[in-house]
Amino acid sequence: METLMAYAIGVLFGCAVYMMLRRSIVKLVIGLIILSNAANLLIFAVSGMTRGAPPLIPEGMQLPEGAIADPLPQALVLTAIVIAFGVLAFSVVLIHRAFEVVETDDLDQMKDTDT
Amino acid sequence: MLYAVLSGFLLAALVPLVHRSAGQFTGWLLALLPAALTVYFASFVPLISGGEVLGQQWTWFPGMDIHLGFTLDGLSLLFALLISFIGTFVLIYAGGYLKGHPDLGRFYIVMLSFMASMLGLVLSDNLVALFVFWELTSITSYLLIGFNHESEKARKCALQGLFVSVIGGFFLLVGIMLLGIYGGSFSIVELLNSSEDWFSAAPLTLLILCILGGTFTKSAQFPFHFWLPNAMAAPTPVSAYLHSATMVKAGVYLMARLNPMFGEEMLWTVMLTLFGGVTMFVGAWLAYTHTDAKKVLAYSTVMALGTLTMLIGIGTEYAMIAFAAFLLGHSLYKGALFMVAGSIDHEAGTKDLTKLGGMRSLMPWTAGAALLAALSLAGVPPLFGFIGKELMLEAVLSAGPLQGLVVALAVVSAMMTAAIAAVVALKPFYGPRVETPKQPHEAPLAMLAGPVVLAAVSLLFGLLPGVPETLLVTAAVTAVAGMPLDFYLSLWHGFNLPLLLSVVGLTGGAILYRYWDRTREPLERLMTRLDRFAPETGYFRALDGIIWLCDWQTRILQNGKMGNYMIVLVMTTVVIVGYTLAAQHGIQFTLDWQDINFYELAIVALLMVTAVYATTTRSRLGAVATMGVLGFMVALIFILFSAPDLGITQVLVETLTVILLVLVLFRLPGFARYSTLFEILRDGFVAVSFGALMTVLILATLDARMFEPISSYFVEAAYPEALGRNIVNVILVDFRSLDTLGELFVLGIAALGVYSMLKLRAEKLND
Amino acid sequence: MTEPDKKIMKDNTVILHTAALALLPLQLLFSVFLLLRGHDEPGGGFIAGLVGAGAVVLYLFAHGVDATRRIIRFDPRDLLGIGLLLGTVSAFPALLRGEPFLTAQWWIFDLAGTEIKLSTVLVFDIGVYFAVVGTILTVVVSLTEAEE
Repeated sequence: METLMAYAIGVLFGCAVYMMLRRSIVKLVIGLIILSNAANLLIFAVSGMTRGAPPLIPEGMQLPEGAIADPLPQALVLTAIVIAFGVLAFSVVLIHRAFEVVETDDLDQMKDTDT
Repeated sequence: MLYAVLSGFLLAALVPLVHRSAGQFTGWLLALLPAALTVYFASFVPLISGGEVLGQQWTWFPGMDIHLGFTLDGLSLLFALLISFIGTFVLIYAGGYLKGHPDLGRFYIVMLSFMASMLGLVLSDNLVALFVFWELTSITSYLLIGFNHESEKARKCALQGLFVSVIGGFFLLVGIMLLGIYGGSFSIVELLNSSEDWFSAAPLTLLILCILGGTFTKSAQFPFHFWLPNAMAAPTPVSAYLHSATMVKAGVYLMARLNPMFGEEMLWTVMLTLFGGVTMFVGAWLAYTHTDAKKVLAYSTVMALGTLTMLIGIGTEYAMIAFAAFLLGHSLYKGALFMVAGSIDHEAGTKDLTKLGGMRSLMPWTAGAALLAALSLAGVPPLFGFIGKELMLEAVLSAGPLQGLVVALAVVSAMMTAAIAAVVALKPFYGPRVETPKQPHEAPLAMLAGPVVLAAVSLLFGLLPGVPETLLVTAAVTAVAGMPLDFYLSLWHGFNLPLLLSVVGLTGGAILYRYWDRTREPLERLMTRLDRFAPETGYFRALDGIIWLCDWQTRILQNGKMGNYMIVLVMTTVVIVGYTLAAQHGIQFTLDWQDINFYELAIVALLMVTAVYATTTRSRLGAVATMGVLGFMVALIFILFSAPDLGITQVLVETLTVILLVLVLFRLPGFARYSTLFEILRDGFVAVSFGALMTVLILATLDARMFEPISSYFVEAAYPEALGRNIVNVILVDFRSLDTLGELFVLGIAALGVYSMLKLRAEKLND
Repeated sequence: MTEPDKKIMKDNTVILHTAALALLPLQLLFSVFLLLRGHDEPGGGFIAGLVGAGAVVLYLFAHGVDATRRIIRFDPRDLLGIGLLLGTVSAFPALLRGEPFLTAQWWIFDLAGTEIKLSTVLVFDIGVYFAVVGTILTVVVSLTEAEE
């Protein structure tokens, strides 16, 4: 499964970079979203993927039964998802403000505006 | 001793309070600290002159062998006493000189911080701590030269001083690091006591050159001497203190401190003797051609610094004794002379020596102090300066291979110095009265105390040379030479060669003074013509070059096109990581296509399709919708592979993301197509390379399991210790809660950023 | 701004109006449930915060900013502040007992036959909850206000 994921994540990263290289600022936002998803999946995939064994300890036990999925990457990804949302909100509003002030959505033209 | 050093910084912090309550007596009040420090350090004199070395250590960064260690031996003690003793009078003097200045408070703050840094510098045993104090003196010096920050000239001069000494400081740091790495310790005492076996293994030439780079710039040695006269843009008390008596001697101090270690090295002795000798001559020469009293004194300071460096370089017994005596003498008379020059400027309104004359009857005390100090500068018996000069001449006569050169330089310099001394002390006070911009009268008590006391000490030490010898000089010489030497100071050494040279110097000086008016101008014209070759021109060239370079590289690298930045970043990553991967790991991977269910395959395929669709579609709404699909596919993957928490979070966040995009994105224009075909192909190539790199990287990572996962501890401790069954949540809120807390703050900052961006606009629209 | 864009916010139906009113308390309750069970089952501060914020956002879309402000009473930024404060405060009890910063402290006691477990971890999780709710609401409320 990880092999398949490696290819999928590669596709996601490629798409993200391509979108972030566009001059249209709206495409940049789409690129950012794909990029954060790709990064989350990357952390999740390289730690090994396990089916049907969530990192929970059953009632009345001290330790989980048998092998479980690694909880640490999950914790990392969980906060990363929420943070990515915060960053996305920030950048989307920033881009919107920039668009209002310089009145262009072309990144290459933004550099020539003095505001 | 730590408290002695820190007290200066502490008092500096309290200055605003003191200044508010004490008003114009602030200077006197603040001077109590250096006065107390003088007494404190003086109390060590009996111990130290008895040959003891005191040391104290405070741990600072134990892991890096950096301690706040202080050592008090003869050399440190001599410097510490000079710093606190002269500091006392400079603070008092500043109160009079800058009376009523609106920024006087700031002046005291920086001055006291400087004093504390300088004390730290000469007392530090650890080279790293010494470097910290060294840079602190550079910074405080910068602030003091630029004290009149509204004058462009002052700002420029301050920056020049800072640049020169900081660049030197950089070399010094490299030197210190090399010393620490190869010598095995950052402690000066340990380095001096260790055997010098490591010399053969160390890049000794580089090491010595780096250290000298630091000391030469700090102590204004040729060809870095130009910053010191420019530093005269500072108020006079600063010139008297930093740029003659203390800071510029830091370089000399460090060379003297390290001399026992490098004294046997040919490179060290030759560099020091040669550059010191040349600096001595250049300083004397330039001093002779100038008319601004402070500039003349500044160049004569350059001369003195050169002399001191040369004496360390010569390294004979006599040279060491001469070094200590000359150092002491110079600090006393030069401090006094600078204060006199400041008083003249303050009272008469000019410090141009050609426009001054006949003020003796108007300022008798100042004139008297000036005369005594100048006699000491010229090296006339019975002042202490004579002893210093006599010993210096004695030393150059034993200078070894460079003897001929240095003797000639020393005698010519001595002549010119004598002439300068006469010019500074006699011109303003004797001869016919010259009209000055202000009607001069005697300087106030605050401005008299310093010059008079310092000049009187010069005379006293000259008449009773045994006093400074037993108290200070012997121990200092022991420290510089690395072993005790047997000697005594006296005015009269009998009829010998040094005395003859001394007489030649004084006679020559008298003649030069006689014809100063006539010879000076042609010399000055000559110097103006030589300006093109002056080191300062090189400094300006270098400055222009740096600006040009920055301009050029900014246009290349920082062209403001985000696409270019991204391409550079991504391709650099691809090349570097890709190369490392291929070199370290090869391109053999285990591919496992068996372990895939059909619905998993479907989900992943849909994931890839949505991503590609989002990049190719020309519909904005379509792209946003696919983002939703993509997010839900990711959530499904999380849920299928044992991460329920992630799945839930992903679904919720995805919903909110779509809401966010709807709220904002639809107020922006649609997908525009700006790119040419070439750009599309180029970006496509970059994107495909990066995607391929990531795939390969993941495959390589999956193959290389170098360590056991660290999460087994979390799994085992989750219930027994943290009382939680959901291990992911336990990690988030218990084991790694500090990380989570940090992330919460990131969220908060992002939210506040959004809020302020929108709020700001609302207010603008209302206007 | 174009016409269809404006409609995204205003096009309220009666069903959505009523449903949002009914769903808000239910969703908030559910978010608290998720928060409290988070230590043992899937859930926790982040997820509960997202659910809670989602509930308010739904209400916001149905009834507008002013009605929402009236119903949540707090400024969203205050919620954010409360969250960060709770998170930070939970770090200190450990110091009182001489343990490293942020070490979890538990107080377990019996209340009428049921075991009640209180801990700094719970305080921290509640802090996470409020911080997430505060962040999302700050963003969404300011955006909606900027639009109106």
